[in-house]
Amino acid sequence: MAAIEVRDVYKEYQRDSQRIPVLSGLTLEVAEGDYVALMGPSGSGKTTLLNLVGGIDQPSRGRVVVHGTDIAGLGGRALAQWRSRHIGFIFQLYNLIPVLTALQNVELPLLLHRMSGAERKKRARTALELVGLGDRLGHYPRQLSGGQEQRVAIARALVSDPAVLLADEPTGDLDRKSAEEVLVLLERLNREYKKTILMVTHDPHAAERASRMVHLDKGVLS
Amino acid sequence: MKLLSLVLVNLGRNKRRTILTLLSVTFAIFLYCALGGVLDTLAESIKVGSETGLVTRNKISLVFPLPLSYRDRIAAVPGVKRVSVSNWFGGRDPNDPHNFFAQLGVDAATYMPLYRNAAFMSEQTACVVGEALFKRMKWKLGQTVPINGTIYPGSWEFTIRAVYRAKRKSFGEENLLFHWKYLDQHGMGGRALVGIYVLELSDPARASAITREVDAMFENSAAATRTETERAFQAGFISMYGNVPFVLRVIGLAVVFAILLVAANTMAMAIRERTSEIGVLKTLGFEHGTIFRLVLIEAAVITLGGGALGALSAKLLIEGSHFNAMGFLPPMTVRWSTVTAGVGMAVLIGAVSGLIPAWQASRLRIVQALRPAE
Repeated sequence: MAAIEVRDVYKEYQRDSQRIPVLSGLTLEVAEGDYVALMGPSGSGKTTLLNLVGGIDQPSRGRVVVHGTDIAGLGGRALAQWRSRHIGFIFQLYNLIPVLTALQNVELPLLLHRMSGAERKKRARTALELVGLGDRLGHYPRQLSGGQEQRVAIARALVSDPAVLLADEPTGDLDRKSAEEVLVLLERLNREYKKTILMVTHDPHAAERASRMVHLDKGVLS
Repeated sequence: MKLLSLVLVNLGRNKRRTILTLLSVTFAIFLYCALGGVLDTLAESIKVGSETGLVTRNKISLVFPLPLSYRDRIAAVPGVKRVSVSNWFGGRDPNDPHNFFAQLGVDAATYMPLYRNAAFMSEQTACVVGEALFKRMKWKLGQTVPINGTIYPGSWEFTIRAVYRAKRKSFGEENLLFHWKYLDQHGMGGRALVGIYVLELSDPARASAITREVDAMFENSAAATRTETERAFQAGFISMYGNVPFVLRVIGLAVVFAILLVAANTMAMAIRERTSEIGVLKTLGFEHGTIFRLVLIEAAVITLGGGALGALSAKLLIEGSHFNAMGFLPPMTVRWSTVTAGVGMAVLIGAVSGLIPAWQASRLRIVQALRPAE
């Protein structure tokens, strides 16, 4: 069974009276444990596709099935619960909560799961140790470098142990060294922890680290 | 970390804004409760009068007196045990005309039948003053107090022979009581005019019958009477304030409404600044309802905290300071019901100011929230 199955998906946005097509009959399959880099020029629909797979946006037409669940059929509440269990998001700008420490940021998704405070802390600490930030638990985002912030964001994406990681330009805002650290980490998560990763990137160097590369242009795969 | 700690962390983001909003709610609710306290005090002062004691006054207005000759005729009505007299003196402190306190000429033997202070009873110019007034004016026992008469012109002198402490706060301790005889002989040229008659009844069950009998007795006299219970008489005083209680209520509500707008604006700003964070929370799986509650609780903590602080400080500060509006009121009281109403207003501010931002935050589309600000 494919981990991600996008079948004949259309996505259009309405701006005033104008309809803007973004994806046009797109079909994509990502096998379980695969690491796919999604490339393409700006406005080609990469982030839109990622949003559809992550269930934070709905297709205009077509099916998006992730781990056997057709997410287009889920309502707002069910979709939120599904996301919290099955998907980990990594953003280009990290999107950490500035008033929370690294540990608290990573704990955040676990607030939605039934577990004790001690268990939550233990898991968050483990996730931060996994990304090499076991000594930065009490640091606030402003006290961390860009690379460290992104690693906290990866720990946050991992902490609920989702099967699928969706990364939107994870190295786009990092210097070469930090970008390399993040890419090594993603590779490791894919290889050792069998996480299925779908990564949007502009960077050919980053894309080369994936096991497969797909190109998107004007809403269709090429 | 728990969801509630997330609320507290968010409140601490902009401490100055949070504290200023909290203080503005505190101030508004303090004012609301203080104004409510004025109404409470007026309502309490009505209770000074008993439901079974009666007061007889001139039917036309309290301003017009009654002849002393009515006293014996009223006392002869079956069920009336004792009749006392009292006149409003309305004098002014010659040293400070704005220093207001009540002075009443009373027939001490019947007005205060249990009071037997020999020094007071035996001296015509003697007076008894309330403890609060005594302390405020820094008077001493035996001191002679000059007062300029307005209704009864001339310069009057009273010697303080005793100080009373009010058993009921609403009776007030800002009064000066002196002998009615002194007033009669020096102020009315022996015309013996009475402001009001105070009737003590031997049979309170006959109060309404006595009321009718007394008024019927003087119906065709030059000075017809109006007899009512002491409580109704006090209520009549309150009615002299006219629309003041209504105005006080309106001012209180207007202040609350203004602060509601301030709080709503603050919450809207706070949430707008966190649009992308709300998008992140939703991406992580936070449901609409959870986001809604987080924002609403945040608003409630500010307004409820401020409201409780304002309402309780109104109760404690106003009552603790024995504030009496320069003697125009008995020492002010703020009833618990007013405190509760104040806290209720704070809850309302919280609900209304938080509701719209909470609803907007909960309905925010993730894609829209995560889009970089333009």
